[in-house]
Amino acid sequence: MNSEPVKSTPKVNQYVEYVLRTVSDLRQKLAVWLEPGNLEQLRPLLQYQAGVLGGFALLAAILLGVADLATRGVIELRLQEDLQANLEQVVPAELYDNNLLKDSVLLPSADANLGAEQTEVYLAKKAGLVNAVCFKFVAPDGYAGPISLVMGIDSKGEILGVRVIAHVETPGLGDKIEVTKSKWVLSFNGKSLNNLTVEQWAVKKDGGVFDQFSGATITPRKVVQAIKRGLEFYKVHQAELLGPSQ
Amino acid sequence: MNLSILFSEQYRKIARDGLWDNNVVLTQNLALCPLLAVTGTATNGLGMGLATMVVMVASNAAVSVSRHLIPSEIRIPIFVLLIAALVTLVDIFLNAWMHELHKVLGLFIPLIVTNCVILGRAEAFASKQPVMPSMWDGLMMGVGFTAAMVVLGAMREISSAGTLFANASVLLGESFRFLETTLIPEYKGFLLMALPPGGFIMLGFMVALKRLLDRKAAAKITEPTIIDTIVLEEGA
Repeated sequence: MNSEPVKSTPKVNQYVEYVLRTVSDLRQKLAVWLEPGNLEQLRPLLQYQAGVLGGFALLAAILLGVADLATRGVIELRLQEDLQANLEQVVPAELYDNNLLKDSVLLPSADANLGAEQTEVYLAKKAGLVNAVCFKFVAPDGYAGPISLVMGIDSKGEILGVRVIAHVETPGLGDKIEVTKSKWVLSFNGKSLNNLTVEQWAVKKDGGVFDQFSGATITPRKVVQAIKRGLEFYKVHQAELLGPSQ
Repeated sequence: MNLSILFSEQYRKIARDGLWDNNVVLTQNLALCPLLAVTGTATNGLGMGLATMVVMVASNAAVSVSRHLIPSEIRIPIFVLLIAALVTLVDIFLNAWMHELHKVLGLFIPLIVTNCVILGRAEAFASKQPVMPSMWDGLMMGVGFTAAMVVLGAMREISSAGTLFANASVLLGESFRFLETTLIPEYKGFLLMALPPGGFIMLGFMVALKRLLDRKAAAKITEPTIIDTIVLEEGA
């Protein structure tokens, strides 16, 4: 191994010289081509303009492609962390000992009006027993746009917790659905389709038990309706979700 | 690098233009879409301003470097391409490595593409000037924009919620929690100011105030006393 580089040194030197010469040639040519005077002659030419536009588009495409490849894994990881944090908010830690993100079932939810064709339901298991489930869903008909929610439900069908993940409701009025702005969303804890009647699953204005906000009725009404649909979706699949391990 | 260049006549003029004389918001009245959308709080204004500033410095540099290459017939599509690519890169990198900041600013970053001031500076300045002055121009325009956004955001936040720099720790890190203050405790809130019309109203006041100050300054210059001349020379 040691004698090899010594033998090939003249050859390597030749290659290095050749490469250096080519590079410096190219640099000189490029410098001449990039002279403002030369470019001034080129700029009005149609083929030059097409080439430049294509060149910039190619450059942008390459940059974005490389950046996407370099960050895709990291971003995926960050989104998983976000999801994990969201799920942890609605399922108490003492209810499970498994990795929520790894233990999920994909269920069809096209009929449930939860904003997606399929909903991924995460199973919270302790010692292999499903104690609770949690899933993300969307109230597609919020006042100003869709409202994304995450909800945890225990095996009896009672709500463990609900949180609003994203929304575009009016600041100061509709944004009281956020837990950082108001305790309203905590009023769902412990509620289920069994301990409230169908009529009670509504805001007070509509004859139900949940508060609306002064100045904003539509936002809480749509959130209550979406949570009710989420519970109904759970009820339909309850046996299937709890079944295998019980 | 020789920093004394920053005090040359040309650089001082660029700085004065960006910060006051030709301020993006107050004089050019550009960038109103992101302005009204995000200045509900001072913190959001600051975040949006800083993100815009970074993109503007980078886009001015890119445009200036390639200014001899670009034929004037197709300059606009090329500028738009460059700016959109830069904004997307900033978006991707923030999402990957400054995720908490991205969650706060994420909504606003795509808005930067629609920010006509970046295209405006590329067209009016960077496409005709060398790289260093162009980057300086981007920086100063960005600082002027950020300052206007923070002032507007602060005024709207105080009048709409009674707080100042709410959630600053989310944007800038825990060490900036001291910025978060409640100026008016038990404030009932004034919703109009949080909504876009409130932004328009406050912006109107700010533009009017700037014109008033400019007019006063102009009146002083036309009738300079000896003391005024000395003050102006020192302050310039």
